Amino acid sequence: MEAPKVDELLEPKLQFATGNEAIVYGALLSNCRFFAGYPITPATEILELMMKFLPILEDGYCLQMEDEISSLAAIIGASWNNYRTMTATSGPGFSLMQENIGYACMTETPCVIVDVQRSGPSTGQPTKAAQGDIMQARWGTHGDHYIIALYPNSVQESLWLTIRAFNLSDKYRVPVILLSDAAIAHTREKLVIPLQKDVDIINRVPVTIDKEKYHPFRTGYTHPTKVPEMDKLGDKYHTYLTGLTHDWRAYPVTDRADIHEQLVKRFYEKIADSREDIIAYEAKYIDDADVVFVSYGISSRTTLMAVERARNKGFKVGYLRLITIWPFPHDIIYELSQEIKRYVVVEMNLGQIYHKIKEHSKGNCDVDRLNKIGGNIPQPKEIFKKIKGGRISDELIY
Amino acid sequence: MSSSIKLREKYLKKDLLPTLFCPGCGNGQVLNYMIRALDELNVEQDKLVFVSGIGCSSRLPAYIEADGIHTTHGRAIAFATGIKLTNPELTVIVFTGDGDLAAIGLSHFLHAVRRNIDIKVVCINNETYGMTGGQLSPTTPVGYFTTTSPYQNIEFAFNLSFLAKAAGASYVARWTTAHSIQVIKSLKKGLQKKGFAFIEIISACPVNKKQFRNPRENLRYFLDQTIRYSPKVQDETSARVFKDLNECFTAEYAGKIIVGEIADVEKKPSFSELYKKLKERSQSEFWEERQKRDQD
Repeated sequence: MEAPKVDELLEPKLQFATGNEAIVYGALLSNCRFFAGYPITPATEILELMMKFLPILEDGYCLQMEDEISSLAAIIGASWNNYRTMTATSGPGFSLMQENIGYACMTETPCVIVDVQRSGPSTGQPTKAAQGDIMQARWGTHGDHYIIALYPNSVQESLWLTIRAFNLSDKYRVPVILLSDAAIAHTREKLVIPLQKDVDIINRVPVTIDKEKYHPFRTGYTHPTKVPEMDKLGDKYHTYLTGLTHDWRAYPVTDRADIHEQLVKRFYEKIADSREDIIAYEAKYIDDADVVFVSYGISSRTTLMAVERARNKGFKVGYLRLITIWPFPHDIIYELSQEIKRYVVVEMNLGQIYHKIKEHSKGNCDVDRLNKIGGNIPQPKEIFKKIKGGRISDELIY
Repeated sequence: MSSSIKLREKYLKKDLLPTLFCPGCGNGQVLNYMIRALDELNVEQDKLVFVSGIGCSSRLPAYIEADGIHTTHGRAIAFATGIKLTNPELTVIVFTGDGDLAAIGLSHFLHAVRRNIDIKVVCINNETYGMTGGQLSPTTPVGYFTTTSPYQNIEFAFNLSFLAKAAGASYVARWTTAHSIQVIKSLKKGLQKKGFAFIEIISACPVNKKQFRNPRENLRYFLDQTIRYSPKVQDETSARVFKDLNECFTAEYAGKIIVGEIADVEKKPSFSELYKKLKERSQSEFWEERQKRDQD
């Protein structure tokens, strides 16, 4: 029996689909052929669909693991077989995954982790949307490390950003967190499924050098970045990977500060050197704006409604939506802060990106905020009120 | 059988020797047995992947001239699952210890057995946490003094091999480091087995468990104080056979260690084999549905 091609399976067409479905289609179009996961609301549909589709495709495998820890472990292992791999979860599972996210950072293993956010802490409100994992995505695992996090705000963008997540992950050899939320995950809207030939795929750089000259964590063999070429299991290079601090030969070195510093700083530098390539945001009406609303994910949809309504009424307001959350797009925040009077940060947590905006606006302008938790998406009406000004909410306890 | 020098040349990474193991540690012996088993079976070295977690035994893959992944504590088997499934050509061997496997990694272990994943798990069971200085482990016999059981251990130990058998492993054997011939034989049998093979090797920790003053004492103990697995000891839930449990708390008696081939199941399909069939099924269903739709 011959396995169908992705295009035969998905049949590119206009669909009415959910965010979770779009992520699955994006992953399959990106040639993701291994998925391991554990059921959790509101991310379960991703596992269900992967379980349905992956066995049909050539070399496709999907596993329902015993927990989220082993799900991430399995996809990291499979990634070293030159597979594009993904897992999907929500807050409680994302907390369990932090251990192996650190391992993926340390061994520079490409993988995509979808976190469909729900209200926390702990079990919280499983079916309610939230944006409370923004800081956890950046700093969830222990120690200094760098990750990339992307956050779509529509079903269509869920598909495009899934493809982008795989490309960035392979290009920079870093786990990429694809953030979503219960609202986008379960909203049905228009989705165009592209043909695979119209999808850009940037694969990891394989090792081509002679075995004698090859060292797994030496950079610069074939390209000038600080990302090492990636070996795979079962070839002649006999690579040893470890979560311990290792030198460029991949040998464990646990007693030297210089080697540790070199290694961990490279994790930062390989991302920092390519900020322009990684960072994406959407800016609207900012040229003449006095007040700029900053938002991301589902809360940016209502924010845009409010901003457009305000502009119709003659207010000079702008809209800035973060698409790449980490690395943080601080250049645009700083630039704008010199030209405007006030930022208003709209998010569904008690203030996470708010503090980053405060930090990078460097006191050049006021920073106000609108925080909603418990699954309530900020209403355009509430956001509109913020346009008129009034007292700036700057409660220090949050 | 190749000479030791040839084996060392072929299978060990010389830049990393000597190993970090303490004098008297059983890990070196297990490495020796594994290399001999692989050599005798002529397993393709490029297709070998060693996976390990955290602990002394988990440092073994570093010294072997093959692919190796030293992962997070307890998760080695989960990593190995992803590796084996996506590349069935590989021979995937997990080195683990009693803390790594039976405490933090127990669920991954039992689930991999349940799925009958085609990996080989070698557990070097020294009944303690050697790397962190000799704490109580889930396989420490009742009555033992450790740094975290200063008033004697009152917890009953896991019998890992019996657990593996109960969960449905295709092959299970349990020996001590003193049973060199038997260990090599079991490793070879396990490596050839389709499905999950579990080989538990009882080992000494002379430094942190403060047992055995010399190798002779160690060997003597392991050879004299073991009892062969038979239907008689089958119902024993502990890893040891005790005459009287109260004795453990009053004397140094730690009971006889059960060894032997615990399970050897014929013809149980491995996960990879079943997955292959699942793929075929899903594909034929897909084309059937398409055909039906196109006809309508």
